[in-house]
Amino acid sequence: MIKSKSGFEYEYYDDVLRVKVGGEIDHHSAAGLRSGIDGVIFEFRPKRLELDLSSVNFMDSSGLGLIMGRYSLMREQGGEVVVVDPAPMVEKVMNLAGMKRIINVVKTEEADEDE
Amino acid sequence: MNKKNIKNEMKLTLPSLSVNEGMARAAAAAFCSQLDPAASELADIKCAVSEAVTNCIVHAYRDTVGQIYMNIKILEDNSVRIEIKDRGCGIPDVGAARQPLYTTDPGGERSGMGFTVMESFMDKLRVTSRCGRGTTVIMYKKFCGRDNT
Repeated sequence: MIKSKSGFEYEYYDDVLRVKVGGEIDHHSAAGLRSGIDGVIFEFRPKRLELDLSSVNFMDSSGLGLIMGRYSLMREQGGEVVVVDPAPMVEKVMNLAGMKRIINVVKTEEADEDE
Repeated sequence: MNKKNIKNEMKLTLPSLSVNEGMARAAAAAFCSQLDPAASELADIKCAVSEAVTNCIVHAYRDTVGQIYMNIKILEDNSVRIEIKDRGCGIPDVGAARQPLYTTDPGGERSGMGFTVMESFMDKLRVTSRCGRGTTVIMYKKFCGRDNT
């Protein structure tokens, strides 16, 4: 994964852009994450954006805005967004907003039966 | 309303700079830790405080920088009372503002869920505001404590 200056890591393969965000997502960090992630979306024009939120140790409703904003952007480009392995706090806030009705959430633990 | 005795109290004043959001959360969590809450309860406190403080920064003092006054009281029944106050522009319609998904900052990718988060993660939420004078958010939570297995 490539480390971005804006506080996330990313890798691109087979039309999939995987972005891993760590640390805290709040109003303060969301602005930088937003422009950084949009930057790589425009660079690679993926069909699918995977947001790995497993290492997020804090998220408030600013994170919801960040996720929905990327969803809107990807939709404009005919693509999709998937949230991968949301940390418990992330999942709690997403559930409060009913976000799973709009955004797919994938948990790799459930998909991987061998481990 | 509740005339419970105060066992402990902290006051923190911070300028409405987004870089201070983390500090406000950390201070609230650190102070509430003395009640030995469960990790998830502490996370709820951090989130609710973050929402209230963010509202001061994004809305109350939109085009300026003002002071955010946080006051946390630990009451005799081991519940916490968190007050976050600003002297910003005030909320014209508090009822509307508290509706989920309502935001007066659509361009900023705001989800409009701030008050909903505070209401859901805390036991009680009270919001009073006067246009041109400021807003006071008061939240209460009683901790159930650590999960003992």
